[in-house]
Amino acid sequence: MLIDYVGVKEINGSLIVIDGVKGVSNEEIVDIRLDNGTVRQGRVVQIEGERIVVQVFEGTRNISLVNTKTRLTGHPMEQALSPEIIGRVLDGAGRPIDGLGEIFPEKKANINGTPINPVSRIYPTNYINTGISTIDTLMTLIRGQKLPIFSGSGMKHNDLAVQIVRQARISGATEDNFCVVFAAMGVQKDVAEYFRKSFEESGVLSHVVMLLNLSNDPIIERILTPRCALTIAEYLAFDRDMHVLVIMTDMTSYAEALREFSSSKGEIPGRKGYPGYLYSDLASLYERAGMIKGHDGSVTQIPILTMPNDDITHPIPDLTGYITEGQITLDRTLQGQGYYPPVSVLPSLSRLMKDGIGEGFTRADHQPLANQLFASYAKVIDARSLASVIGEEELSPIDKKYMEFGKLFETRFVNQGFTENRDISESLDLGWELLSTLPRSELDRVDDELLDKYYRG
Amino acid sequence: MNNNVIFGINGPVITVKGPTEFKMMEMVHVGKENLVGEIIGVTEEYTTVQVYEETTGLKPGDPVTGTGNPMNVLLGPGILDNIFDGIERPLKAIEEQSGAFISRGSQVNSLDDQKEWDVTLKVKVGDKLNGGEIYATLPETQIIEHRLMVPPLISGEVVEVKPDGKYRLFDVIAKIKDEYGVEHELTLCQKWPIRTSRPIADRLSTSIPLITGQRVIDTMFPIAKGGAAAIPGGFGTGKTMTQHQLAKWCDADIIVYVGCGERGNEMSQVLDEFSELIDPKSGRPMTDRTVLIANTSNMPVAAREASIYTGITLAEYYRDMGYDVAIMADSTSRWAEALREISGRLEEMPAEEGFPAYLPSRLAEFYERAGRVKTLCSDNGSVTIIGAVSPQGSDFSEPVTQNTKRFTRCFWALDKSLAYARHYPAINWMESYSEYFNDIDPWFNENVGTEFVEDRTRISALLQEESSLMEIVKLIGSDVLPDDQKLVIEIARIIRVGFLQQNAFHKDDTFVPLEKQLNMMRVILHLYDRSKEVVAQEIPISKLLALGIFDKLNKMKYDIPNDKPEMFDDYIKEIDEKINSII
Repeated sequence: MLIDYVGVKEINGSLIVIDGVKGVSNEEIVDIRLDNGTVRQGRVVQIEGERIVVQVFEGTRNISLVNTKTRLTGHPMEQALSPEIIGRVLDGAGRPIDGLGEIFPEKKANINGTPINPVSRIYPTNYINTGISTIDTLMTLIRGQKLPIFSGSGMKHNDLAVQIVRQARISGATEDNFCVVFAAMGVQKDVAEYFRKSFEESGVLSHVVMLLNLSNDPIIERILTPRCALTIAEYLAFDRDMHVLVIMTDMTSYAEALREFSSSKGEIPGRKGYPGYLYSDLASLYERAGMIKGHDGSVTQIPILTMPNDDITHPIPDLTGYITEGQITLDRTLQGQGYYPPVSVLPSLSRLMKDGIGEGFTRADHQPLANQLFASYAKVIDARSLASVIGEEELSPIDKKYMEFGKLFETRFVNQGFTENRDISESLDLGWELLSTLPRSELDRVDDELLDKYYRG
Repeated sequence: MNNNVIFGINGPVITVKGPTEFKMMEMVHVGKENLVGEIIGVTEEYTTVQVYEETTGLKPGDPVTGTGNPMNVLLGPGILDNIFDGIERPLKAIEEQSGAFISRGSQVNSLDDQKEWDVTLKVKVGDKLNGGEIYATLPETQIIEHRLMVPPLISGEVVEVKPDGKYRLFDVIAKIKDEYGVEHELTLCQKWPIRTSRPIADRLSTSIPLITGQRVIDTMFPIAKGGAAAIPGGFGTGKTMTQHQLAKWCDADIIVYVGCGERGNEMSQVLDEFSELIDPKSGRPMTDRTVLIANTSNMPVAAREASIYTGITLAEYYRDMGYDVAIMADSTSRWAEALREISGRLEEMPAEEGFPAYLPSRLAEFYERAGRVKTLCSDNGSVTIIGAVSPQGSDFSEPVTQNTKRFTRCFWALDKSLAYARHYPAINWMESYSEYFNDIDPWFNENVGTEFVEDRTRISALLQEESSLMEIVKLIGSDVLPDDQKLVIEIARIIRVGFLQQNAFHKDDTFVPLEKQLNMMRVILHLYDRSKEVVAQEIPISKLLALGIFDKLNKMKYDIPNDKPEMFDDYIKEIDEKINSII
């Protein structure tokens, strides 16, 4: 039954071609044994009769046309799952690397998962209090949402992610049923170490599953990392009824790995050399967030991506934005001025926010206040661009008021300490306090009743 | 007999070696799990099949069986108040069969064949029936009567009719004999290939507007029943929100909502919202007149390509009964990307941005299926298409947006900077257009009043003027403008904030009847005319603004309930009084 196929036909990048293979199934995993005894894994990506194309996860270095023996395993890529997985450190393909031994699997699951039936989904409406004013007030994170952080190299997205993990209060989550799945793709060792340390300091490390594909690890393995992470997350959420927060960094490295794989396969490239199916591929990851009827658990995703050249129209952030339910965008100018977190408010958005805030969730004035802050801050930007042409002195009195409001908004509302945990009503009150520096007639998104109650100008 | 087996597999595309008897676009079953597929290429050496489900685990040598028919959908009662995937498989039934995650090869009937319907027969033995004529009716939901029509390609004499009563989907309720003496059985359902448009008797002119209750659409850029509109916009500009609003409020009889490659959570929101929302006209839940097609972005890409055709075929079926149908496709870009993805797997020569060269013709084919028609049963029906477009990088010059523009006559361009300032709906009034004015203005004149068209023209002229003034303001500030130009800016601000901006979450503002839209324009223009008098007398504009009347107009959309149009006269009176006091 177990046949070893000796040698390969062709080697091209991370792909090898083997001929004369019988009974192979699409996406099957194969073991490739080199003559020096090492074993690598690969995945069947294309079949043409008896000729198969295999993608080798660990790369094709040292493989020649004659020194391999390949064996079919008979199953697609699977992740071993067990409740004991929490607290473990795994490599990019979901194998333990913390020296604590193998995971004794309770079950195994195909890492590609299957789509959640839209009918079975619960529409997420419970908000997560992150203690960060900008996020809570203006782009509220909802349990079961996928809300990426759009950042750039050198910006403080890691700090922000750590702060969210430390401060997040998920309704219904307790010490026992909350956990974090952290997937690192192509990040540096010290970044991974930073996350580990921060988790340790805030006492959540025992609730974290870490998957590490560092920047010097095989690139092709990077394509597996988020899939393994999400399979673990789905297992914990829907088999074990836990509330899972998945942090994936950096999605840009992931997409680049996909591009490399696609081009070595000789596929027709789409925009900027990325494969035409980048949208579907990213969607197959991001859509694995949410809640399901009949289960108490939830999967909330915070993917982090660094926008190449800070360009939000680059295919990776662009396609991500079309799939995820909003985005938190960071801004280099704000960071340059020393503000933390440097959240650029206007291009940020949470699509699920409208049904998770207001009376019964946060406060009745939340939505109108948020609308007004957005509208007023948009005018600040207009006033600033005018000031850069004619000088601040020449601005009309009302524009000057907006300039002042903008400054206050950035220094007091956006700017917040790394360890500062603001309550939601504290954040909302601060918003009203800042709006009160503007004339009442400028606040056209709020009705009089709310103004009477909160406006103190 | 069947010796067709899989030879090669590449993603969702598989090949069968050797000459086969398959027809182009024939529906096939692939593998041991009977995955659904379609023949997309036939040569002497290979037959190419596009598979609508995940192909993991398929093996060379697995069987491929033909069905003999092109990809088709089952049409009959039970479509409404249902939710399907891209190839008309009911998601609720799949859930019962395989749980919360969709497994492959689900064998479920498209429509419930056990449910009994209360059928009233409309024909008797001896009647001559042509294709498309109605032979029976039944109440499908409390508000929609389902009319059973003879399949379009069949005609003849009725030779057998069952009495009125309760029947199930596949029960034969009548038989007709055609001119060759062949008997055809008529049940409660029929099949139709999704890529072929259903025949009609004649096309009618698009002379009636689709009323949506959204001011910026009804007043500024209206769409006709049977028209086609595109909503392009980058992410976060509110495409989906606009589509939802239109689906909820537009005055079509039937809504087909196609979630093509969109978010799962969003579809569950549509499901929740529509079943809670009560249709103001009938007092019944919205779902009674809605069918949802949900092919979320992580569901197989080939089924995403089919979902648009499935949607439009269902829409045409209800149109043929004499209903006005609106189909929302969110988003056609995902469909175009599915085309690109499959084209790439077939190693076709790409045209612009990797899209296949036949993208424009496919888009044209789809949008041409919109229209107001005389049906085969001599009734009037219409299909209105509203397609969202998600341009890559928010760049409207990309191929999908550009080609869509050529085939739609209504263009509602969503604007990022408006969305950033939370001006919703973020339809940019400078870039958007509607070509239906000439067709439907007579209707407005007759049904709303001749002022409607006049006021609209004045409002858009004011917005145009403001836009050119803003160019100056951006360079040198607003202080230098003379008072009459400052007045234009102030009035335009009321138009933008008080009129164009609309709050979907406000009980009155979410849907605004045409009469109120007209009254709002009337009050704003009255203020403008009176203010011009003030400015002409060289009274400073600051004095005018201090009257508080400008702010009041900004909020009239909230302050005046939809059913109290008489309050607008009070506003006119107040404007007159206050302005008289300073002249």
